Amino acid sequence: MLFLINSDVMVLLGLLSALLFVMGLKGLAHPKTARRGNLFAMLGMGVAVATAMMVPQVGAYLWIIAGLALGAVIGIPMARKTPLTALPQLVAAFHSFIGLAATLVAVGMYLRQMTFNALDGGTAAEMGIGAAIGMITFTGSVVAALKLQGVIGGKPWGWSGRHFLNLGLALALVLAMLLFIMQLTFLPLFAIVIISAILGVTLVAAIGGADMPVVVSMLNSYSGWAAAATGFMLEQPVLIMTGALVGASGAILSYIMCKAMNRSFLSVIMGGFGAEPTTAGAEAGPAMSVKEAGADDAAYMISNAARVIIVPGYGMAVAQAQHAVKELYVLLEEKGIATEFAIHPVAGRMPGHMNVLLAEADIPYDSVHELEDINPRFKETDVVLVLGANDVVNPAAQTSPGSPIYGMPVLEAWKAQQVYVVKRSHRPGYAGVDNPLFGMENCALVLGDAKAIVESLVTALKAS
Amino acid sequence: MDVMDLSPLTILTVIFVLSCVVGYFVVWGVTPALHTPLMAVTNAISGIVVVAAMLVVGPDILGADVCSALPCPYPEYTGLFQWTARIIGFVAVVLCAINIFGGFAITGRMLAMFKPKAPSAAVKAAQHAKAGE
Repeated sequence: MLFLINSDVMVLLGLLSALLFVMGLKGLAHPKTARRGNLFAMLGMGVAVATAMMVPQVGAYLWIIAGLALGAVIGIPMARKTPLTALPQLVAAFHSFIGLAATLVAVGMYLRQMTFNALDGGTAAEMGIGAAIGMITFTGSVVAALKLQGVIGGKPWGWSGRHFLNLGLALALVLAMLLFIMQLTFLPLFAIVIISAILGVTLVAAIGGADMPVVVSMLNSYSGWAAAATGFMLEQPVLIMTGALVGASGAILSYIMCKAMNRSFLSVIMGGFGAEPTTAGAEAGPAMSVKEAGADDAAYMISNAARVIIVPGYGMAVAQAQHAVKELYVLLEEKGIATEFAIHPVAGRMPGHMNVLLAEADIPYDSVHELEDINPRFKETDVVLVLGANDVVNPAAQTSPGSPIYGMPVLEAWKAQQVYVVKRSHRPGYAGVDNPLFGMENCALVLGDAKAIVESLVTALKAS
Repeated sequence: MDVMDLSPLTILTVIFVLSCVVGYFVVWGVTPALHTPLMAVTNAISGIVVVAAMLVVGPDILGADVCSALPCPYPEYTGLFQWTARIIGFVAVVLCAINIFGGFAITGRMLAMFKPKAPSAAVKAAQHAKAGE
Protein backbone atom coordinates (compact mmCIF):
# COMPACT_ATOMS: atom_id res chain seq x y z
CA MET A 1 0.00 0.00 0.00
CA LEU A 2 1.18 3.52 -0.64
CA PHE A 3 1.25 4.73 2.93
CA LEU A 4 1.23 3.21 6.36
CA ILE A 5 -0.36 4.51 9.55
CA ASN A 6 0.75 4.35 13.16
CA SER A 7 -1.21 2.79 16.02
CA ASP A 8 -2.84 6.04 17.15
CA VAL A 9 -4.33 6.75 13.74
CA MET A 10 -5.36 3.11 13.48
CA VAL A 11 -7.25 3.19 16.79
CA LEU A 12 -8.93 6.51 15.97
CA LEU A 13 -10.08 5.21 12.59
CA GLY A 14 -11.33 2.13 14.42
CA LEU A 15 -13.33 4.42 16.68
CA LEU A 16 -14.83 6.05 13.58
CA SER A 17 -15.89 2.61 12.30
CA ALA A 18 -17.46 1.73 15.63
CA LEU A 19 -19.37 5.05 15.71
CA LEU A 20 -20.66 4.39 12.21
CA PHE A 21 -21.84 0.95 13.35
CA VAL A 22 -23.65 2.55 16.30
CA MET A 23 -25.34 4.99 13.92
CA GLY A 24 -26.25 2.03 11.74
CA LEU A 25 -28.01 0.26 14.60
CA LYS A 26 -29.61 3.52 15.70
CA GLY A 27 -31.19 3.79 12.24
CA LEU A 28 -33.13 0.59 12.88
CA ALA A 29 -35.26 2.44 15.44
CA HIS A 30 -37.74 3.09 12.62
CA PRO A 31 -38.32 1.62 9.16
CA LYS A 32 -37.98 5.13 7.71
CA THR A 33 -34.37 5.57 8.84
CA ALA A 34 -33.35 1.91 8.60
CA ARG A 35 -31.95 1.92 5.07
CA ARG A 36 -29.78 4.93 5.85
CA GLY A 37 -28.59 3.03 8.94
CA ASN A 38 -27.53 0.11 6.77
CA LEU A 39 -25.49 2.52 4.63
CA PHE A 40 -23.75 3.89 7.74
CA ALA A 41 -22.84 0.38 8.80
CA MET A 42 -21.48 -0.40 5.32
CA LEU A 43 -19.41 2.76 5.46
CA GLY A 44 -18.09 1.72 8.88
CA MET A 45 -16.99 -1.63 7.50
CA GLY A 46 -15.34 0.12 4.54
CA VAL A 47 -13.36 2.34 6.93
CA ALA A 48 -12.34 -0.68 9.02
CA VAL A 49 -11.07 -2.68 6.05
CA ALA A 50 -9.27 0.32 4.53
CA THR A 51 -7.63 1.01 7.91
CA ALA A 52 -6.46 -2.60 8.22
CA MET A 53 -4.92 -2.32 4.75
CA MET A 54 -2.72 0.51 5.98
CA VAL A 55 -1.43 -1.30 9.07
CA PRO A 56 2.29 -2.17 8.71
CA GLN A 57 1.71 -5.80 9.69
CA VAL A 58 -0.63 -6.32 6.73
CA GLY A 59 1.12 -6.69 3.41
CA ALA A 60 -0.03 -9.61 1.28
CA TYR A 61 -2.61 -7.49 -0.53
CA LEU A 62 -3.15 -9.91 -3.38
CA TRP A 63 -4.27 -12.63 -0.97
CA ILE A 64 -6.52 -10.25 0.92
CA ILE A 65 -8.17 -8.73 -2.12
CA ALA A 66 -8.67 -12.19 -3.61
CA GLY A 67 -10.25 -13.34 -0.34
CA LEU A 68 -12.57 -10.34 -0.15
CA ALA A 69 -13.60 -10.76 -3.80
CA LEU A 70 -14.26 -14.48 -3.33
CA GLY A 71 -16.40 -13.68 -0.27
CA ALA A 72 -18.40 -11.13 -2.26
CA VAL A 73 -18.92 -13.59 -5.13
CA ILE A 74 -20.23 -16.23 -2.70
CA GLY A 75 -22.05 -13.98 -0.23
CA ILE A 76 -24.02 -11.62 -2.47
CA PRO A 77 -25.80 -14.34 -4.52
CA MET A 78 -26.54 -16.18 -1.26
CA ALA A 79 -28.25 -13.07 0.07
CA ARG A 80 -30.06 -12.32 -3.19
CA LYS A 81 -31.32 -15.77 -4.06
CA THR A 82 -32.29 -17.31 -0.73
CA PRO A 83 -36.08 -17.29 -0.39
CA LEU A 84 -37.16 -15.26 2.62
CA THR A 85 -38.80 -18.26 4.22
CA ALA A 86 -35.30 -19.75 4.51
CA LEU A 87 -33.99 -16.62 6.21
CA PRO A 88 -33.54 -18.16 9.69
CA GLN A 89 -31.28 -20.86 8.22
CA LEU A 90 -29.30 -18.27 6.27
CA VAL A 91 -28.77 -16.14 9.37
CA ALA A 92 -27.64 -19.22 11.32
CA ALA A 93 -25.26 -20.16 8.48
CA PHE A 94 -23.76 -16.67 8.50
CA HIS A 95 -23.21 -16.93 12.26
CA SER A 96 -21.32 -20.17 11.74
CA PHE A 97 -18.91 -18.47 9.32
CA ILE A 98 -17.95 -15.84 11.89
CA GLY A 99 -17.44 -18.51 14.54
CA LEU A 100 -15.18 -20.53 12.25
CA ALA A 101 -13.28 -17.39 11.20
CA ALA A 102 -12.64 -16.46 14.85
CA THR A 103 -11.27 -19.94 15.56
CA LEU A 104 -9.10 -19.85 12.43
CA VAL A 105 -7.76 -16.45 13.48
CA ALA A 106 -6.81 -17.82 16.91
CA VAL A 107 -5.02 -20.84 15.40
CA GLY A 108 -3.35 -18.74 12.69
CA MET A 109 -2.15 -16.19 15.22
CA TYR A 110 -0.78 -19.02 17.34
CA LEU A 111 1.33 -20.16 14.39
CA ARG A 112 2.52 -16.62 13.68
CA GLN A 113 3.49 -16.01 17.30
CA MET A 114 5.22 -19.38 17.53
CA THR A 115 7.47 -18.43 14.64
CA PHE A 116 9.17 -15.96 16.94
CA ASN A 117 8.35 -17.79 20.17
CA ALA A 118 6.59 -14.56 21.12
CA LEU A 119 3.53 -16.05 22.86
CA ASP A 120 2.88 -15.29 26.53
CA GLY A 121 0.33 -16.71 28.98
CA GLY A 122 -2.05 -13.74 28.84
CA THR A 123 -2.29 -13.77 25.06
CA ALA A 124 -2.63 -17.55 25.15
CA ALA A 125 -5.63 -17.23 27.48
CA GLU A 126 -7.32 -14.77 25.10
CA MET A 127 -6.42 -17.01 22.17
CA GLY A 128 -7.97 -20.05 23.87
CA ILE A 129 -11.15 -18.15 24.76
CA GLY A 130 -11.44 -16.80 21.21
CA ALA A 131 -10.96 -20.26 19.71
CA ALA A 132 -13.49 -21.80 22.12
CA ILE A 133 -16.29 -19.22 21.64
CA GLY A 134 -15.68 -19.28 17.90
CA MET A 135 -15.93 -23.05 17.67
CA ILE A 136 -19.06 -23.27 19.88
CA THR A 137 -20.64 -20.62 17.65
CA PHE A 138 -19.59 -22.55 14.55
CA THR A 139 -20.90 -26.03 15.36
CA GLY A 140 -23.89 -24.66 17.29
CA SER A 141 -24.93 -22.56 14.29
CA VAL A 142 -24.46 -25.47 11.90
CA VAL A 143 -26.79 -27.63 14.04
CA ALA A 144 -29.29 -24.75 14.29
CA ALA A 145 -29.20 -24.19 10.52
CA LEU A 146 -29.71 -27.91 9.85
CA LYS A 147 -32.64 -27.99 12.28
CA LEU A 148 -34.22 -24.93 10.69
CA GLN A 149 -33.69 -26.38 7.21
CA GLY A 150 -35.38 -29.58 8.38
CA VAL A 151 -32.35 -31.73 7.53
CA ILE A 152 -32.32 -32.99 11.09
CA GLY A 153 -35.45 -33.15 13.25
CA GLY A 154 -36.45 -30.02 15.14
CA LYS A 155 -37.26 -32.05 18.23
CA PRO A 156 -34.96 -31.44 21.18
CA TRP A 157 -32.48 -34.12 22.08
CA GLY A 158 -33.96 -35.46 25.28
CA TRP A 159 -31.21 -37.78 26.57
CA SER A 160 -31.21 -37.21 30.31
CA GLY A 161 -27.46 -37.71 30.68
CA ARG A 162 -26.72 -34.69 28.50
CA HIS A 163 -26.29 -32.32 31.46
CA PHE A 164 -23.48 -34.50 32.80
CA LEU A 165 -21.96 -34.73 29.34
CA ASN A 166 -22.04 -30.93 28.97
CA LEU A 167 -20.60 -30.48 32.44
CA GLY A 168 -17.83 -32.94 31.67
CA LEU A 169 -17.06 -31.19 28.39
CA ALA A 170 -17.00 -27.81 30.14
CA LEU A 171 -14.55 -29.13 32.75
CA ALA A 172 -12.37 -30.66 30.04
CA LEU A 173 -12.42 -27.32 28.25
CA VAL A 174 -11.22 -25.47 31.35
CA LEU A 175 -8.50 -28.08 31.83
CA ALA A 176 -7.31 -27.78 28.23
CA MET A 177 -7.33 -24.00 28.60
CA LEU A 178 -5.11 -24.15 31.71
CA LEU A 179 -2.74 -26.57 30.01
CA PHE A 180 -2.50 -24.30 26.97
CA ILE A 181 -1.73 -21.24 29.10
CA MET A 182 1.00 -23.12 30.99
CA GLN A 183 2.57 -25.08 28.12
CA LEU A 184 1.84 -22.86 25.11
CA THR A 185 1.96 -25.95 22.91
CA PHE A 186 -0.29 -26.87 20.02
CA LEU A 187 -1.89 -29.99 21.46
CA PRO A 188 -3.96 -28.24 24.20
CA LEU A 189 -5.08 -25.62 21.66
CA PHE A 190 -6.20 -28.45 19.38
CA ALA A 191 -8.03 -30.01 22.33
CA ILE A 192 -9.78 -26.67 23.03
CA VAL A 193 -11.02 -26.57 19.44
CA ILE A 194 -12.27 -30.17 19.46
CA ILE A 195 -13.99 -29.98 22.86
CA SER A 196 -15.68 -26.68 21.93
CA ALA A 197 -16.87 -28.20 18.67
CA ILE A 198 -18.59 -31.05 20.53
CA LEU A 199 -19.98 -28.67 23.15
CA GLY A 200 -21.55 -26.49 20.45
CA VAL A 201 -23.39 -29.51 19.05
CA THR A 202 -24.61 -30.87 22.39
CA LEU A 203 -25.75 -27.46 23.61
CA VAL A 204 -27.92 -26.68 20.57
CA ALA A 205 -29.11 -30.25 19.90
CA ALA A 206 -31.00 -30.22 23.21
CA ILE A 207 -33.04 -27.16 22.27
CA GLY A 208 -36.30 -27.64 20.41
CA GLY A 209 -38.18 -25.99 17.59
CA ALA A 210 -40.21 -23.43 19.52
CA ASP A 211 -37.09 -22.19 21.29
CA MET A 212 -35.33 -21.57 17.98
CA PRO A 213 -35.75 -17.76 18.17
CA VAL A 214 -33.72 -17.82 21.40
CA VAL A 215 -31.08 -20.10 19.89
CA VAL A 216 -30.66 -17.94 16.80
CA SER A 217 -30.33 -14.74 18.83
CA MET A 218 -28.02 -16.46 21.31
CA LEU A 219 -25.69 -17.52 18.48
CA ASN A 220 -25.90 -13.97 17.15
CA SER A 221 -24.64 -12.85 20.54
CA TYR A 222 -21.86 -15.47 20.62
CA SER A 223 -20.54 -14.37 17.23
CA GLY A 224 -20.14 -10.88 18.73
CA TRP A 225 -18.35 -12.16 21.83
CA ALA A 226 -16.08 -14.23 19.57
CA ALA A 227 -15.14 -11.05 17.69
CA ALA A 228 -14.50 -9.23 20.99
CA ALA A 229 -12.29 -12.06 22.28
CA THR A 230 -10.29 -11.87 19.06
CA GLY A 231 -9.93 -8.15 19.67
CA PHE A 232 -8.49 -8.76 23.13
CA MET A 233 -6.04 -11.28 21.69
CA LEU A 234 -4.78 -8.90 19.00
CA GLU A 235 -5.22 -5.74 21.13
CA GLN A 236 -7.47 -4.29 18.43
CA PRO A 237 -10.05 -1.89 19.93
CA VAL A 238 -12.18 -1.87 16.76
CA LEU A 239 -12.85 -5.59 17.18
CA ILE A 240 -13.67 -5.16 20.85
CA MET A 241 -16.05 -2.24 20.31
CA THR A 242 -17.83 -3.89 17.39
CA GLY A 243 -17.93 -7.32 19.00
CA ALA A 244 -19.46 -5.79 22.14
CA LEU A 245 -22.19 -4.09 20.05
CA VAL A 246 -23.10 -7.35 18.33
CA GLY A 247 -22.85 -9.33 21.56
CA ALA A 248 -25.13 -6.91 23.39
CA SER A 249 -27.61 -6.95 20.51
CA GLY A 250 -27.89 -10.73 20.47
CA ALA A 251 -28.12 -10.88 24.26
CA ILE A 252 -31.00 -8.38 24.32
CA LEU A 253 -32.84 -10.27 21.58
CA SER A 254 -32.41 -13.50 23.56
CA TYR A 255 -33.77 -11.75 26.64
CA ILE A 256 -36.79 -10.37 24.74
CA MET A 257 -37.54 -13.81 23.28
CA CYS A 258 -37.26 -15.54 26.67
CA LYS A 259 -39.51 -12.95 28.27
CA ALA A 260 -42.09 -13.39 25.50
CA MET A 261 -42.17 -17.11 26.29
CA ASN A 262 -42.09 -16.59 30.03
CA ARG A 263 -39.04 -18.82 30.22
CA SER A 264 -35.75 -18.18 31.94
CA PHE A 265 -32.70 -18.06 29.71
CA LEU A 266 -31.20 -20.89 31.75
CA SER A 267 -34.19 -23.18 31.18
CA VAL A 268 -34.00 -22.58 27.42
CA ILE A 269 -30.28 -23.36 27.42
CA MET A 270 -30.84 -26.52 29.46
CA GLY A 271 -33.18 -27.56 26.66
CA GLY A 272 -35.60 -30.45 26.45
CA PHE A 273 -38.73 -28.24 26.31
CA GLY A 274 -41.45 -29.88 24.23
CA ALA A 275 -39.60 -33.20 24.09
CA GLU A 276 -42.40 -35.16 25.71
CA PRO A 277 -46.08 -34.25 25.89
CA THR A 278 -46.83 -32.44 29.13
CA THR A 279 -49.41 -33.78 31.53
CA ALA A 280 -50.95 -30.36 32.16
CA GLY A 281 -53.44 -30.90 29.34
CA ALA A 282 -54.90 -33.92 31.13
CA GLU A 283 -55.62 -31.87 34.23
CA ALA A 284 -57.81 -29.54 32.23
CA GLY A 285 -60.68 -31.97 32.64
CA PRO A 286 -63.02 -33.54 30.08
CA ALA A 287 -62.16 -33.20 26.44
CA MET A 288 -63.57 -29.93 25.15
CA SER A 289 -65.93 -29.82 22.24
CA VAL A 290 -64.32 -28.07 19.34
CA LYS A 291 -66.35 -26.49 16.56
CA GLU A 292 -65.23 -26.63 12.99
CA ALA A 293 -66.14 -24.19 10.27
CA GLY A 294 -65.60 -23.98 6.54
CA ALA A 295 -63.88 -21.15 4.71
CA ASP A 296 -67.30 -19.98 3.45
CA ASP A 297 -68.61 -19.48 6.99
CA ALA A 298 -65.52 -17.50 7.90
CA ALA A 299 -65.80 -15.43 4.72
CA TYR A 300 -69.41 -14.61 5.53
CA MET A 301 -68.54 -13.42 9.04
CA ILE A 302 -65.60 -11.41 7.74
CA SER A 303 -67.69 -9.74 5.04
CA ASN A 304 -70.06 -8.44 7.73
CA ALA A 305 -67.26 -7.27 10.03
CA ALA A 306 -66.10 -3.72 10.58
CA ARG A 307 -62.78 -4.63 12.21
CA VAL A 308 -60.61 -7.65 11.51
CA ILE A 309 -57.32 -8.68 13.10
CA ILE A 310 -55.09 -11.32 11.52
CA VAL A 311 -52.68 -13.21 13.80
CA PRO A 312 -49.95 -14.86 11.72
CA GLY A 313 -47.75 -17.64 13.08
CA TYR A 314 -45.20 -20.14 11.91
CA GLY A 315 -47.96 -21.96 9.99
CA MET A 316 -48.23 -18.98 7.65
CA ALA A 317 -44.49 -19.15 6.95
CA VAL A 318 -44.58 -22.91 6.34
CA ALA A 319 -47.51 -22.61 3.95
CA GLN A 320 -45.90 -19.56 2.25
CA ALA A 321 -49.30 -17.93 2.63
CA GLN A 322 -48.10 -14.32 2.96
CA HIS A 323 -48.96 -13.33 -0.63
CA ALA A 324 -52.44 -14.80 -0.33
CA VAL A 325 -52.77 -12.90 2.96
CA LYS A 326 -51.80 -9.70 1.18
CA GLU A 327 -54.56 -10.33 -1.36
CA LEU A 328 -57.03 -10.81 1.49
CA TYR A 329 -55.76 -7.63 3.17
CA VAL A 330 -56.20 -5.53 0.02
CA LEU A 331 -59.66 -6.95 -0.58
CA LEU A 332 -60.77 -6.17 2.99
CA GLU A 333 -59.36 -2.64 2.86
CA GLU A 334 -61.22 -2.08 -0.42
CA LYS A 335 -64.43 -3.19 1.23
CA GLY A 336 -63.79 -0.66 3.99
CA ILE A 337 -63.09 -3.31 6.64
CA ALA A 338 -60.32 -2.09 8.94
CA THR A 339 -57.68 -4.84 8.92
CA GLU A 340 -54.67 -5.10 11.17
CA PHE A 341 -52.01 -7.67 11.95
CA ALA A 342 -51.02 -8.73 15.46
CA ILE A 343 -47.49 -10.10 15.91
CA HIS A 344 -46.36 -12.01 18.96
CA PRO A 345 -42.62 -11.58 19.66
CA VAL A 346 -41.90 -15.31 19.31
CA ALA A 347 -44.14 -15.99 16.29
CA GLY A 348 -41.97 -17.73 13.72
CA ARG A 349 -38.48 -19.06 14.04
CA MET A 350 -36.51 -15.89 14.73
CA PRO A 351 -37.13 -12.40 16.14
CA GLY A 352 -39.19 -10.29 13.75
CA HIS A 353 -39.73 -13.20 11.34
CA MET A 354 -43.43 -12.43 10.69
CA ASN A 355 -42.77 -8.73 10.11
CA VAL A 356 -40.32 -9.55 7.32
CA LEU A 357 -42.68 -12.04 5.66
CA LEU A 358 -45.56 -9.53 5.72
CA ALA A 359 -43.26 -6.80 4.41
CA GLU A 360 -42.17 -9.14 1.61
CA ALA A 361 -45.81 -9.47 0.60
CA ASP A 362 -46.05 -5.65 0.46
CA ILE A 363 -48.22 -5.28 3.53
CA PRO A 364 -47.51 -1.78 4.92
CA TYR A 365 -45.66 -1.84 8.23
CA ASP A 366 -48.09 0.60 9.86
CA SER A 367 -50.84 -2.04 9.68
CA VAL A 368 -48.65 -4.50 11.61
CA HIS A 369 -48.71 -4.16 15.40
CA GLU A 370 -46.86 -5.55 18.39
CA LEU A 371 -48.55 -7.36 21.25
CA GLU A 372 -48.75 -4.45 23.72
CA ASP A 373 -50.19 -2.09 21.11
CA ILE A 374 -52.90 -4.33 19.77
CA ASN A 375 -54.08 -6.32 22.80
CA PRO A 376 -56.51 -3.60 23.99
CA ARG A 377 -58.17 -3.58 20.55
CA PHE A 378 -59.25 -7.26 20.43
CA LYS A 379 -62.42 -6.54 22.38
CA GLU A 380 -63.55 -4.04 19.72
CA THR A 381 -62.81 -6.51 16.97
CA ASP A 382 -65.45 -8.46 15.09
CA VAL A 383 -63.37 -11.25 13.59
CA VAL A 384 -59.90 -12.53 14.46
CA LEU A 385 -58.24 -14.82 11.93
CA VAL A 386 -55.46 -16.89 13.49
CA LEU A 387 -53.17 -18.27 10.77
CA GLY A 388 -51.03 -21.16 11.89
CA ALA A 389 -50.43 -19.81 15.39
CA ASN A 390 -51.45 -21.59 18.56
CA ASP A 391 -49.57 -21.07 21.81
CA VAL A 392 -49.40 -17.30 21.30
CA VAL A 393 -53.24 -17.05 21.52
CA ASN A 394 -53.66 -19.54 24.37
CA PRO A 395 -55.80 -18.08 27.20
CA ALA A 396 -54.38 -20.73 29.58
CA ALA A 397 -51.34 -18.46 29.83
CA GLN A 398 -53.56 -16.08 31.82
CA THR A 399 -56.08 -18.39 33.48
CA SER A 400 -54.53 -21.73 34.49
CA PRO A 401 -51.57 -21.49 36.85
CA GLY A 402 -50.77 -25.19 36.28
CA SER A 403 -50.09 -24.71 32.58
CA PRO A 404 -46.46 -24.75 31.41
CA ILE A 405 -47.07 -21.53 29.53
CA TYR A 406 -48.79 -19.75 32.44
CA GLY A 407 -47.55 -16.17 32.67
CA MET A 408 -46.46 -15.95 29.05
CA PRO A 409 -47.76 -12.77 27.41
CA VAL A 410 -50.35 -13.75 24.81
CA LEU A 411 -52.49 -12.10 22.16
CA GLU A 412 -55.99 -11.86 23.65
CA ALA A 413 -57.76 -13.06 20.52
CA TRP A 414 -60.59 -14.67 22.55
CA LYS A 415 -61.91 -11.21 23.48
CA ALA A 416 -63.11 -10.65 19.91
CA GLN A 417 -66.68 -11.40 18.76
CA GLN A 418 -65.56 -14.35 16.67
CA VAL A 419 -62.25 -16.19 16.27
CA TYR A 420 -61.34 -18.45 13.36
CA VAL A 421 -58.24 -20.55 13.84
CA VAL A 422 -56.72 -21.85 10.62
CA LYS A 423 -54.79 -25.01 11.51
CA ARG A 424 -53.60 -28.11 9.74
CA SER A 425 -54.84 -30.49 12.45
CA HIS A 426 -56.27 -30.71 15.95
CA ARG A 427 -52.80 -31.24 17.38
CA PRO A 428 -51.56 -28.86 20.07
CA GLY A 429 -48.78 -26.37 19.34
CA TYR A 430 -45.05 -26.69 19.83
CA ALA A 431 -45.27 -26.34 23.58
CA GLY A 432 -47.45 -29.46 23.61
CA VAL A 433 -50.14 -27.63 25.60
CA ASP A 434 -53.89 -27.83 24.97
CA ASN A 435 -55.49 -24.58 23.93
CA PRO A 436 -58.82 -23.83 25.73
CA LEU A 437 -59.48 -21.12 23.11
CA PHE A 438 -60.52 -23.86 20.67
CA GLY A 439 -63.35 -24.95 22.95
CA MET A 440 -64.73 -21.45 23.47
CA GLU A 441 -68.19 -20.41 22.29
CA ASN A 442 -66.85 -17.75 19.91
CA CYS A 443 -64.13 -19.88 18.34
CA ALA A 444 -64.14 -22.27 15.40
CA LEU A 445 -61.36 -24.18 13.69
CA VAL A 446 -60.90 -24.02 9.94
CA LEU A 447 -58.83 -27.09 9.16
CA GLY A 448 -56.45 -27.03 6.23
CA ASP A 449 -53.36 -25.49 4.73
CA ALA A 450 -53.11 -21.77 5.58
CA LYS A 451 -52.49 -20.75 1.98
CA ALA A 452 -55.38 -22.77 0.53
CA ILE A 453 -57.78 -21.50 3.21
CA VAL A 454 -56.82 -17.86 2.70
CA GLU A 455 -57.19 -18.27 -1.06
CA SER A 456 -60.68 -19.72 -0.68
CA LEU A 457 -61.53 -16.86 1.73
CA VAL A 458 -60.49 -14.42 -0.97
CA THR A 459 -62.58 -16.22 -3.60
CA ALA A 460 -65.62 -16.33 -1.33
CA LEU A 461 -65.27 -12.66 -0.39
CA LYS A 462 -64.93 -11.62 -4.01
CA ALA A 463 -68.14 -13.47 -4.82
CA SER A 464 -70.13 -11.88 -1.99
CA MET B 1 -1.46 9.05 36.51
CA ASP B 2 0.49 8.19 33.41
CA VAL B 3 -1.49 6.34 30.75
CA MET B 4 1.65 4.45 29.83
CA ASP B 5 1.58 2.81 33.26
CA LEU B 6 -1.71 1.08 32.47
CA SER B 7 -1.69 -2.46 31.19
CA PRO B 8 -3.25 -2.90 27.74
CA LEU B 9 -5.77 -5.31 29.27
CA THR B 10 -7.11 -2.53 31.53
CA ILE B 11 -7.54 -0.10 28.66
CA LEU B 12 -9.17 -2.75 26.49
CA THR B 13 -11.52 -3.76 29.31
CA VAL B 14 -12.66 -0.14 29.71
CA ILE B 15 -13.33 0.01 25.98
CA PHE B 16 -15.19 -3.31 26.10
CA VAL B 17 -17.45 -2.46 29.02
CA LEU B 18 -18.38 0.98 27.71
CA SER B 19 -19.11 -0.49 24.27
CA CYS B 20 -21.44 -3.05 25.85
CA VAL B 21 -23.30 -0.19 27.58
CA VAL B 22 -23.62 1.71 24.30
CA GLY B 23 -24.82 -1.46 22.55
CA TYR B 24 -27.36 -2.08 25.30
CA PHE B 25 -29.02 1.32 24.90
CA VAL B 26 -28.89 1.45 21.11
CA VAL B 27 -30.37 -2.02 20.68
CA TRP B 28 -33.27 -1.35 23.07
CA GLY B 29 -34.17 1.49 20.72
CA VAL B 30 -34.63 -0.85 17.77
CA THR B 31 -38.28 -1.39 16.86
CA PRO B 32 -39.37 -5.05 17.26
CA ALA B 33 -40.62 -5.07 13.68
CA LEU B 34 -37.00 -4.77 12.55
CA HIS B 35 -35.50 -7.46 14.76
CA THR B 36 -34.72 -9.72 11.82
CA PRO B 37 -32.89 -6.97 9.90
CA LEU B 38 -31.11 -6.18 13.19
CA MET B 39 -29.79 -9.74 13.30
CA ALA B 40 -28.77 -9.57 9.66
CA VAL B 41 -26.92 -6.27 10.04
CA THR B 42 -25.16 -7.32 13.27
CA ASN B 43 -24.21 -10.44 11.34
CA ALA B 44 -22.58 -8.30 8.68
CA ILE B 45 -20.93 -6.12 11.31
CA SER B 46 -19.46 -9.13 13.12
CA GLY B 47 -17.57 -9.63 9.87
CA ILE B 48 -15.20 -7.12 11.52
CA VAL B 49 -13.19 -10.27 12.35
CA VAL B 50 -11.87 -9.70 8.81
CA VAL B 51 -9.46 -7.16 10.35
CA ALA B 52 -7.97 -9.93 12.48
CA ALA B 53 -7.98 -12.34 9.53
CA MET B 54 -6.00 -9.78 7.48
CA LEU B 55 -3.39 -9.66 10.26
CA VAL B 56 -3.14 -13.45 10.11
CA VAL B 57 -2.59 -13.34 6.33
CA GLY B 58 0.22 -11.08 7.40
CA PRO B 59 3.04 -9.12 5.81
CA ASP B 60 4.42 -9.82 2.38
CA ILE B 61 7.65 -11.37 3.63
CA LEU B 62 7.71 -15.08 4.22
CA GLY B 63 10.02 -17.92 5.15
CA ALA B 64 13.60 -17.30 6.17
CA ASP B 65 13.38 -13.55 5.39
CA VAL B 66 11.41 -12.85 8.57
CA CYS B 67 14.23 -14.29 10.64
CA SER B 68 16.48 -11.42 9.59
CA ALA B 69 14.19 -9.03 11.50
CA LEU B 70 13.45 -11.17 14.57
CA PRO B 71 15.20 -14.23 15.95
CA CYS B 72 13.42 -17.46 15.05
CA PRO B 73 13.77 -20.30 17.56
CA TYR B 74 12.68 -22.97 15.05
CA PRO B 75 14.17 -21.86 11.74
CA GLU B 76 13.32 -25.17 10.07
CA TYR B 77 9.58 -24.69 10.74
CA THR B 78 9.39 -20.97 10.03
CA GLY B 79 8.30 -21.38 6.43
CA LEU B 80 5.71 -24.01 7.31
CA PHE B 81 4.24 -21.90 10.14
CA GLN B 82 4.08 -18.82 7.96
CA TRP B 83 2.45 -20.53 5.01
CA THR B 84 -0.06 -22.41 7.14
CA ALA B 85 -0.96 -19.16 8.91
CA ARG B 86 -1.36 -17.42 5.56
CA ILE B 87 -3.72 -20.04 4.19
CA ILE B 88 -5.71 -20.15 7.43
CA GLY B 89 -5.92 -16.35 7.34
CA PHE B 90 -7.05 -16.43 3.73
CA VAL B 91 -9.89 -18.84 4.52
CA ALA B 92 -10.89 -16.59 7.43
CA VAL B 93 -10.90 -13.53 5.14
CA VAL B 94 -13.20 -15.36 2.71
CA LEU B 95 -15.58 -16.43 5.50
CA CYS B 96 -15.75 -12.89 6.92
CA ALA B 97 -16.23 -11.41 3.46
CA ILE B 98 -19.18 -13.75 2.83
CA ASN B 99 -20.69 -12.39 6.03
CA ILE B 100 -19.96 -8.77 5.23
CA PHE B 101 -21.23 -8.75 1.64
CA GLY B 102 -23.99 -11.29 2.24
CA GLY B 103 -25.07 -9.67 5.52
CA PHE B 104 -25.35 -6.14 4.17
CA ALA B 105 -27.03 -7.39 0.98
CA ILE B 106 -29.70 -9.37 2.88
CA THR B 107 -30.27 -6.44 5.25
CA GLY B 108 -30.74 -4.09 2.31
CA ARG B 109 -33.06 -6.56 0.62
CA MET B 110 -35.23 -6.85 3.72
CA LEU B 111 -35.31 -3.15 4.54
CA ALA B 112 -36.35 -2.30 0.99
CA MET B 113 -39.54 -4.31 1.59
CA PHE B 114 -40.71 -2.33 4.60
CA LYS B 115 -43.08 0.26 3.18
CA PRO B 116 -45.57 2.58 4.88
CA LYS B 117 -49.25 2.63 4.01
CA ALA B 118 -50.01 4.42 0.76
CA PRO B 119 -53.79 4.34 0.42
CA SER B 120 -54.76 3.32 -3.11
CA ALA B 121 -57.41 5.24 -5.01
CA ALA B 122 -59.92 2.45 -4.44
CA VAL B 123 -59.39 2.53 -0.68
CA LYS B 124 -59.69 6.30 -0.61
CA ALA B 125 -62.92 6.12 -2.61
CA ALA B 126 -64.28 3.49 -0.26
CA GLN B 127 -63.42 5.65 2.73
CA HIS B 128 -65.12 8.66 1.13
CA ALA B 129 -68.20 6.63 0.37
CA LYS B 130 -68.28 5.41 3.95
CA ALA B 131 -67.90 8.93 5.31
CA GLY B 132 -70.71 10.14 3.03
CA GLU B 133 -73.22 7.53 4.19
